[in-house]
Amino acid sequence: MNRGGALHPLVELTLARLREIFREPEALFWAFIFPILMSVAMAVAFPSSGSAPVPVGIRQGAGADALQATLAASKALAPRLVAAADEGRALRDGEVDLVIVPGAPPTYRFDPARAESRAARLVLDDTLKRAAGRPDPWTALEEYVSVPGSRYVDWLIPGLMGMGIIGTSVWGIAFSIVQARMRKLLKRMVASPMRRSHYLLAQVLARLLFLLPEVAVPLIFGRYVIGMPLRGSLAAVAIVSLVGALSCGGLGLLIASRTKTFEAVSGMVNLILLPMWIGSGVFFSASRFPAVLQPLVQALPLTAIVDALRAIILEGASLASPQVATELGILAAWGILPFVIALRIFRWR
Amino acid sequence: MTERAADVAFQCIGLQKRYADVVAVDGLSLSVRRGECFGLLGPNGAGKTTTIEIFEGLLEPDAGEVEVLGLHWDGHEHELRQRLGIQLQETQLADKLTVEETLRLFRSFYRQGRDVAELLQLVELESKRSSWVSKLSGGQKQRLSVACALAGSPDLLFLDEPTTGLDPQSRRQLWGILERFRTDGGTILLTTHYMDEAEVLCDRVAIVDKGKVIALDTPKALIATLGEPRVITHHGTLEDVFMARTGRLLREE
Repeated sequence: MNRGGALHPLVELTLARLREIFREPEALFWAFIFPILMSVAMAVAFPSSGSAPVPVGIRQGAGADALQATLAASKALAPRLVAAADEGRALRDGEVDLVIVPGAPPTYRFDPARAESRAARLVLDDTLKRAAGRPDPWTALEEYVSVPGSRYVDWLIPGLMGMGIIGTSVWGIAFSIVQARMRKLLKRMVASPMRRSHYLLAQVLARLLFLLPEVAVPLIFGRYVIGMPLRGSLAAVAIVSLVGALSCGGLGLLIASRTKTFEAVSGMVNLILLPMWIGSGVFFSASRFPAVLQPLVQALPLTAIVDALRAIILEGASLASPQVATELGILAAWGILPFVIALRIFRWR
Repeated sequence: MTERAADVAFQCIGLQKRYADVVAVDGLSLSVRRGECFGLLGPNGAGKTTTIEIFEGLLEPDAGEVEVLGLHWDGHEHELRQRLGIQLQETQLADKLTVEETLRLFRSFYRQGRDVAELLQLVELESKRSSWVSKLSGGQKQRLSVACALAGSPDLLFLDEPTTGLDPQSRRQLWGILERFRTDGGTILLTTHYMDEAEVLCDRVAIVDKGKVIALDTPKALIATLGEPRVITHHGTLEDVFMARTGRLLREE
């Protein structure tokens, strides 16, 4: 066969798509820089050390200064004076975990629903009673254990990786197809002898090549800068990422199969992605949702990716472990069903 | 159909196409010979694009018969696409690919045809081979689009308003490319609403209005039907032919 200097159409289509992606600075930002910025921001906002002093407020008035001196002697507390009028705001914003009103006995003002406030109450109460001369019957020996992988940021990075995988798959594929349709390029392509399956396959293939740096960057950053453990195998991480990206690619094709405008495609992508960012446990554990919602939450493709990545990275699970295998099964279903529907209803004009 | 089958490049009989409540093509019949350059002329909304897209296999007619290179679209689509060059109205090629990359992409779809370097030379875009499509002028984009259509060395070239919106110099450049294609034995169907373009390029012209052919002949014969020029300094044009047959100006609608 003579292709006049061109390669196989599938290769040329994939190359064309890759070139377009790499020539789009915004795409590179979202795929590479954004996850790093997120990880850094999270690392700063949630420091790994658990020994930061507890911020407590002391209501200004008689006895406040003496109380502040007593509390400041304890390294476990960071006391500050708070005006009565400002108390509500300081508590709400988390500036202080608890406000103490001087008196005999003093009054502790705090929200018992907040874990930090309950902890602050214990530390404060202990410090004040000891300062008042309470004898301790005994002092327990303390052994500090710092478990790498138990920090919030370690838990967060696989979540951000999952968010990146689904985001690029859905955005990248849906947007590029809708753009080609709007420019009447899809119509021009099917007016040539190009095979339609080659076109769709190239979209997914280009997206997969893009996946390598996209997963590697947060992984390397997490491992070597943040100190996140990598207990499972790299191959398992790679396979879950690959299956996840393929699976979400089907979703991207489905969204793009008939859409004709950027507004419509943006709306649909947001409608699908935003609830998943909340529901799939990227930023906080999905187990916080009530039991009735759990079947739904567990069936989401992003939950499957994120849970599988966490199991592999943080717990060293293998692909054969029941949890990871189940998540891969969920992803396979998400890959096949939307893909089949997309092919059936796809509009080339 | 009076022509011998072997001489016919493409033809249609009794073509009908309706959109909702508008009849775009209303019983249109055409037969174009191999090696001919045939023009479809008419105002916007006359049914030119619908007709050419039916020949291109992109639209299905509601009624009527279509035959291209002796084949029906049904069952021969892949074979026909290998032998046709198509340029659509309003196609915007990918902005961030270079001229050469775009041509390589289209060339890869064809089993045979010219080399990419040859195509670049043919449409005079060698100096722009590494430029992004977004950086090209309107005329250069249109020549690239025609080069994509020529990538598979087609027997037939379908062009939908190839020079709309181009400056006079770019139009002449494109006409040159099309004339060379004809010299090599190719057949062309083009739509246009430029009368001078049809007069320069086409062997025969069908004037289409409201989905029907209202006149079909060589540009010369059509102009001759006008008789004496009504304005002394102005020899008759196809514009006048349209005016005489419909009582309207061609670009009025």
